[in-house]
Amino acid sequence: MTAVLDVRDVKKSFGGITAVNGVSFDVQEGEILGLIGPNGCGKSTLFNCILGQLVPSAGEVRVDGKLVTGQRPSELNRLGVSRTFQLLQVFPKLSVRDNLILAGQEHRGSMLSRLLGPSDAGLTTTADQMIGFFKLEHLANEPAGGLSYGQQKLLDAAMAFMGGPRLVLLDEPAGGVNPTMLGDLKERLIAINRERRATFVVIEHNMEFVMSLCSRVMVMAEGKVLAIGKPDEIRANPAVIEAYLGH
Amino acid sequence: MSKHNRLLLVALSIIVVAGLIIIPMNFNRYGLYILSQWAVMTIAAMGLNLTLGYAGQVSLAQGAFVGIGAYGAAILTTHGWPLIAALGLVIVICFVVGWLLGYPALRVQHHYLAFVTLAFSTLMFLVFRNESWLTNGIYGISNIPRPEVFGFPTRKPLPFYYLCIGSLGLVTLAMWWLIRSPWGRAFMALRENPIRAQSLGIDTRRYTLMAFAIGSVLGGIAGVLYAPLTQYVDPVPFNLQLSLDLLMMVIVGGSGFMLGPFLGAMIAVLLPEWLRFAEGYYLMLYAAAVIVLLIYSPSGILGILDRYLSSRRTQAASALRAAAQSKLEAAQ
Repeated sequence: MTAVLDVRDVKKSFGGITAVNGVSFDVQEGEILGLIGPNGCGKSTLFNCILGQLVPSAGEVRVDGKLVTGQRPSELNRLGVSRTFQLLQVFPKLSVRDNLILAGQEHRGSMLSRLLGPSDAGLTTTADQMIGFFKLEHLANEPAGGLSYGQQKLLDAAMAFMGGPRLVLLDEPAGGVNPTMLGDLKERLIAINRERRATFVVIEHNMEFVMSLCSRVMVMAEGKVLAIGKPDEIRANPAVIEAYLGH
Repeated sequence: MSKHNRLLLVALSIIVVAGLIIIPMNFNRYGLYILSQWAVMTIAAMGLNLTLGYAGQVSLAQGAFVGIGAYGAAILTTHGWPLIAALGLVIVICFVVGWLLGYPALRVQHHYLAFVTLAFSTLMFLVFRNESWLTNGIYGISNIPRPEVFGFPTRKPLPFYYLCIGSLGLVTLAMWWLIRSPWGRAFMALRENPIRAQSLGIDTRRYTLMAFAIGSVLGGIAGVLYAPLTQYVDPVPFNLQLSLDLLMMVIVGGSGFMLGPFLGAMIAVLLPEWLRFAEGYYLMLYAAAVIVLLIYSPSGILGILDRYLSSRRTQAASALRAAAQSKLEAAQ
């Protein structure tokens, strides 16, 4: 079976510093892969190489078997690859509903039909379903900038799913979110994974969150893959304990 | 927007439109000229408001597009073309040139982009002044005819004013449609956070170029009306000063607000006339008024209104939250 995401020997150097050094892994359909490692180990750089924000110095990235190395982020998104960012990236002046419509509109019709067609690009119903799914109904018409940090994190995640993606890369979704809201987020991600067979790669430092959410975990250190395996195997791996988890 | 507010807005719009049609009937020639100029400059400022206010791309070239439109209309109509045909050609030229001018914006931003567009503005001024075979150089082009619209002549000031106001109405409707369409949302995303916009599938390159092209077309349309308004064009009105004036109109009115250019153009075109009682000091008073306004509200006149409405919304939301909290405590 073709992997949804296949990364082969990806390298990224900035001058004399190699941030990502020959990383290879694949992610199968419906899988949730956790990506952990100490700060500065190259996780976010790897994400940016996969998502076209950075062009890899070497290596290949394939989505559903199609070579996408160096493609622009907008092209990748229209191929079904979506993401969230480490820092909040909602549009504060737009309402929650408009943020979601914006997140899905480029997946509908052509440029011309988006100009001449309805102002919501026919997405109000889908946006409202997503609002309901993420339990943000009471905030649908509120400007996103007025939401609490945790609510904005939920909205940020919801936006990533508006285009009906095959693959979603989540960069520290749990960062700064309170435990109640984090429970909600995890529950929603698991539901989307099961109902829509969506495939996730999740960067996260919250070990409890990663180990309970992910079916496999990959550990990076100094730009390389240190270990990859099931959560229990990773927890027991001496090299991982030494480099990241601690005793 | 609530139904009550929507009705209020519709009623207010009808009153303003009726006022713009009826009140100027009693104006003299000069008054009609100033009001027509206001309508023309509002169209040009709306174009810049799209490029700068909505899409966040700095441009100091809008005056040059007004010049392209004015010279296009002047050259073609004095050679017997109808104004509507000249308008069609100007729209195509401004769209293509505006699209090409947008390319530097894909590489540079902010003041660097401002300098690129400033260079274009200077280049166009030199073309208007030096290419005498086309533009008649510093002597300009005179006797520009005013058109007939559906068989009605617009030679007299009042019919021509109605042509300007009618054009402004059509451009406003088109702009309203554009801003509330998914394109408007994409332009705003481009301004607020281009990296996030890209990650949502928005082709920021194409929307950047489109913002420049459409904004430039509106500059061209304003120019097409400017030529028969003044019935004479020469290079001087289209130097960098016009681009700076248009930039001021957008910022003073409220950058990124639909009605900002209307107010900005009103202040830039009408306020100096209202301050003429101060004789030699009127331009100094005008400059001082603009400085005070921008210190008080950097987001322009409509920024004041926006701040007021935002604070009212926040107060209402706080009151609702407090009421819900007290109900919850009472229930417990």
